[in-house]
Amino acid sequence: MTTFYFAIVGTNDSPLYEAEFGAQREENKYLQQFVVHAALDLVDDAQFMTNTCYLKSVDRYNDWTVSAYVTPSNARLMLLHETKSEDAIKSFFAACHELYMKTLLNPFYQPNAAIQSQTFDAKMHTLAKKYLL
Amino acid sequence: MASSQQQKQQIQNMLRLDTKQSKRSTMLLEQPVTRQRRDKVSLSAFAFLFAEMIRYTQNRVLGIQDLETKLNELGQRVGVRVFELTMWREKIVRRETRVLQMLVYINSVVWRALFDKPADSLERSTDNEDEYMITDNEPAILKYISVPKEMASFSPGAFISGIVEAIAACCQCPARVTSHVVPVDGLPVRTVILLKFDKDVMEREKRLEAGK
Repeated sequence: MTTFYFAIVGTNDSPLYEAEFGAQREENKYLQQFVVHAALDLVDDAQFMTNTCYLKSVDRYNDWTVSAYVTPSNARLMLLHETKSEDAIKSFFAACHELYMKTLLNPFYQPNAAIQSQTFDAKMHTLAKKYLL
Repeated sequence: MASSQQQKQQIQNMLRLDTKQSKRSTMLLEQPVTRQRRDKVSLSAFAFLFAEMIRYTQNRVLGIQDLETKLNELGQRVGVRVFELTMWREKIVRRETRVLQMLVYINSVVWRALFDKPADSLERSTDNEDEYMITDNEPAILKYISVPKEMASFSPGAFISGIVEAIAACCQCPARVTSHVVPVDGLPVRTVILLKFDKDVMEREKRLEAGK
């Protein structure tokens, strides 16, 4: 079963955007949020070790793996998934980063505000269909 | 009564604009971000805007320190965006985590993106380890701002120091950034941006240095 939970976490550790792709079971949503939140600590440790944006898989929990991508302005893109090819996830993160950056360039968007645009949401789902599902 | 209802309805409609998939919001996310050929803005247009920014803030503050703080905040809004954009346009997207690498990046890439020339020098203060200085001999945006004698300690470079402060915060190296005018023979508008890093940044630097 392919389920993905994606979250963009801002610099103050609160989520700016969350989305689920693929089939989902209702009771898992809170657990997924919790696992991703716990993985943030591991991202903090790992991000000083390397210069790259894509930190591969930072945490595992039962079957789930959490992969992270840190943007230069310290927003974290977290993806919770069951095993999937790293290349696909890497390209997905790169495309998400571009989308996030375009949102950031909007002068009316405060950094660390929640992203509520429906266009953003629609584009995320298209990206997920293209790279993940 | 009816017209105020109408007005309320109008305002509510306007506030809903971006959450619908209006044409404007789809275009925003499809703008190209690679470097365009004609991405320079005329200096006179910017000077006009900058002069108005200073006048606007001057009307709302009581004192030089406040004025510099407000300009600093305005610069921070620019800094976050310019940093992400220039990072994206590099060939390989990397992050900067070390202080010195970040300063070199600001000196060269960010300055070139904003002012079309690299900054003139980057120095480390000999008295305090955590102070660094970026010098610009003739900042183009300050060319048309004249500071009256009674405000001689005000440096309109506070805008630039805001940009640098935002970049430092993005790289996880928060610093207090101020700008000072240090004239030298022949360069009356020479501006020095002084960065004073926080203590935990310096401690982390020491740890990372030792760890290598």
